[in-house]
Amino acid sequence: MALEPNNSINGRPLTSAQINDNFIDLHKPLSHQQAMAESARCLYCYDAPCIQACPTSIDIPTFIHQIRTENIKGSAKTILSQNIMGGTCARVCPTEVLCEEACVLNASLERPIEIGDLQRYAIDDLIKKSIEHPFQRAEVSGKSIAVVGAGPAGLACAHRASMLGHDVTIYEAKEKSGGLNEYGLAAYKMVDDFAQKETDFILDLGGIKIIHNQRLGDNLHLENLQNNYDAVFIGIGLDSTWSLDLENEQVEGVSDAVDFIEKIRQSDDKSQVKVGNDVIVIGAGNTAIDAAVQAKRLGAENVTLVYRRGEQQMSATEWEVNLARTNGVNIKLWSTPKRIIADEHVAQIEFTKTQLKDGKLIETPFTYTLQADMVLKAIGQKLELEDLKGIDIERGKIVIDENYLSSISGVYAGGDAIDCGEDLTVQAVEDGKQAAHAIDNMFDSLNSNEGEG
Amino acid sequence: MATLKCNIAGIDSINPFWLASAPPTDKYINVVRAFEAGWGGVVWKTLGIDPPVINVSSRYGVHKSPQQSIVGFNNIELISDRPLKTNLDEIRQIRKEWPDRVIIGSMMAVIEEDVWKDLAIQIADAGVHGIELNLGCPHGMCERGMGSAIGQVPDMVEKVTRWVKEVVDIPVFTKLTPNITNILWSAEAAQDGGADAVALINTVNSIVSVDLDAMAPTPIVDGKGTHGGYCGAAVKPIALNMVAEIARNPDTKNLNISAIGGIETWRDAAEFIALGAVGLQVCTAAMLYGFRIVDDMIIGLTNWMDEKGYETIEDFRGMAVPNTVDWNALNMNFDTKALIDPEACIECGKCHVVCEDTSHQAITFEVAEDGKRVFTVVDDECVGCNLCQIICPVPNCIEMIPVETTKPYITWPMHPLNPNNN
Repeated sequence: MALEPNNSINGRPLTSAQINDNFIDLHKPLSHQQAMAESARCLYCYDAPCIQACPTSIDIPTFIHQIRTENIKGSAKTILSQNIMGGTCARVCPTEVLCEEACVLNASLERPIEIGDLQRYAIDDLIKKSIEHPFQRAEVSGKSIAVVGAGPAGLACAHRASMLGHDVTIYEAKEKSGGLNEYGLAAYKMVDDFAQKETDFILDLGGIKIIHNQRLGDNLHLENLQNNYDAVFIGIGLDSTWSLDLENEQVEGVSDAVDFIEKIRQSDDKSQVKVGNDVIVIGAGNTAIDAAVQAKRLGAENVTLVYRRGEQQMSATEWEVNLARTNGVNIKLWSTPKRIIADEHVAQIEFTKTQLKDGKLIETPFTYTLQADMVLKAIGQKLELEDLKGIDIERGKIVIDENYLSSISGVYAGGDAIDCGEDLTVQAVEDGKQAAHAIDNMFDSLNSNEGEG
Repeated sequence: MATLKCNIAGIDSINPFWLASAPPTDKYINVVRAFEAGWGGVVWKTLGIDPPVINVSSRYGVHKSPQQSIVGFNNIELISDRPLKTNLDEIRQIRKEWPDRVIIGSMMAVIEEDVWKDLAIQIADAGVHGIELNLGCPHGMCERGMGSAIGQVPDMVEKVTRWVKEVVDIPVFTKLTPNITNILWSAEAAQDGGADAVALINTVNSIVSVDLDAMAPTPIVDGKGTHGGYCGAAVKPIALNMVAEIARNPDTKNLNISAIGGIETWRDAAEFIALGAVGLQVCTAAMLYGFRIVDDMIIGLTNWMDEKGYETIEDFRGMAVPNTVDWNALNMNFDTKALIDPEACIECGKCHVVCEDTSHQAITFEVAEDGKRVFTVVDDECVGCNLCQIICPVPNCIEMIPVETTKPYITWPMHPLNPNNN
């Protein structure tokens, strides 16, 4: 059965306009009045727990205080000095398990400050109106850095390195910059081409050049970069996915959730994105949720998210899981796919029920099948190892030391490509920023060694 | 159940809540709406001799909290801008329609005896229960030699009060301005002039904000602004003090006080009565919420009086006066220490930073092994100033505990370290 656009919900076809309406901003930006009221609720804690909960250590009480005094430009600079992608992070951070979880108001049975929404309020004008870039470059050092990947880690590294006076060239495999910000996040979280606007804003600093369609191991080689630059930063993310290891996995209708998400993001008219009527999403992370919710919003009749463990173990946050539920996604737990039933096109999936025994996940004799004309795999991503011969890799990710240095001298890495346990945009930004400082320190120590010599 | 019926300077009122002389009491329709809502009386918007004044646009300014609630309010409006006869006719009409409600006629004039006397006679003739002398308005009218221009000179306060008392046989309220050095000088002058009561405070001279684009104070009248009269919750502390000064002064303690200044709730009302007020006047709160707020003032005050066992306002009136003393009468041997309840603490750290930066470094900050942020008072450093308790966002988390002592009550004049005692 072929997949057709012009989808339906409960048998009623959705118009193109209705489908596109389903992809407008998930959170409305705060109005001036809302921002004033919300900022006034902030207690302005001392040595605030929310700062410690932020991977980039944004001085949250200060930026909120600045909103309250209507020093919005100052507030934006407070945020961006720690996190140059504060705009994206304001939209996509799981704040409910980071800053907002740490908000002391939780302890007083009040709802926490809406830090993410306030952060967006502070930054949006600055990014969207192209107001003068708030940072300046230091005196040019004469050093050059190659950054591989124009995603959050690479752009953050490039921006900080350029601020420190170094010239940066970014090599990006895709046509557009932004990495997952551009290709990998749900469309209703990143409306109005925000990833491109943010990239433009970052480049406004100067000293950063981006060359697109440059893929490591393909038309780009690490060795050349090492030879031509004083340092290399690898922020290539994870561009391959784990497979189910099942027969028929290659049939039509079975694909990676990340590809589905990318297709939606890159489509100007969402109603032209094909979706099934019986969609099964396999996985339990935020990617699985993004795929499931967007499939539903495209008009899929039945969307079922299937996970082999329980809700407690889902890596998607509680907020994301609730979003799926309120969008009508069925969530089936303790089930693992056993068989893909297909001719040329997927028709059904057979699942085996699982359970925990002595702390280990085991399969039970019980099985069931679900109708499926579209199966989206969201069971994790990994690094294409072939690209990085010579660099130590563990569990599919680059090994680094405490200075973001890989096993090769002069080659640093950050973001999803390294094994730090966090696959968050905000963590990637922090990695890039810290790696830039590590590279800068390395240059300093080389200079002082030369001086001594 | 407690009754709010009271007698204010010889005038019976169904409750102590009157609307002060201001825009809400400008004309028939407003006053009727006020009486329908339950107000015990009104002080009619100040009357002057014809021709009436002309007002400007705009007239009000505001001072807001960060939460956007209105803390203070100011106005640059003048007295009634309608002909005297129109006002007096309406007063006569309402007196007939609302026999159980009080109408006080407020008036002002330049410092000329005949003008005061003639105007007072006309107003009294309209059937008002009393006359209030507006000697407080700090904007506009004072530039014409009226309002606070008179109220700031005790001799004139006495003179004007006497003039009016000589020609009317109804109670006279002298309304005082807070824009003076010592409220007792004007209160004593009013008493010497024969006032039956003083009404205070009138508004405080103020500029509530400067528009940084227009570069002019607000409210702006065609590019320029002027100082106005400040009122609302922000002035309540000033009013409470001035009322208390008069109530505890031996020479004025028997003077009837009609208290005005930031009264928004029944609790505010009770505080003024506890400091000796016999009646209350409200304006700003009505302007911010409408006349309906009197309902809660009446019910709230009655409920509180029932809880406390007070049957009439007189039962608790002035009870806080004996406890309002000069600094020199305070006990130097009394000491309190802050105590933080670790269970209630939400770990915001505000008590620590304010004590560390601006007080006595008496609250330590440690992170426990489990990550809990622990704030602890160092008794030896704590002076019992209350700052931590005031800024703590959690009710009852920080308690000020009196230190047990066997030391006697000792005041500064008695204190051995007072150089005058050596």
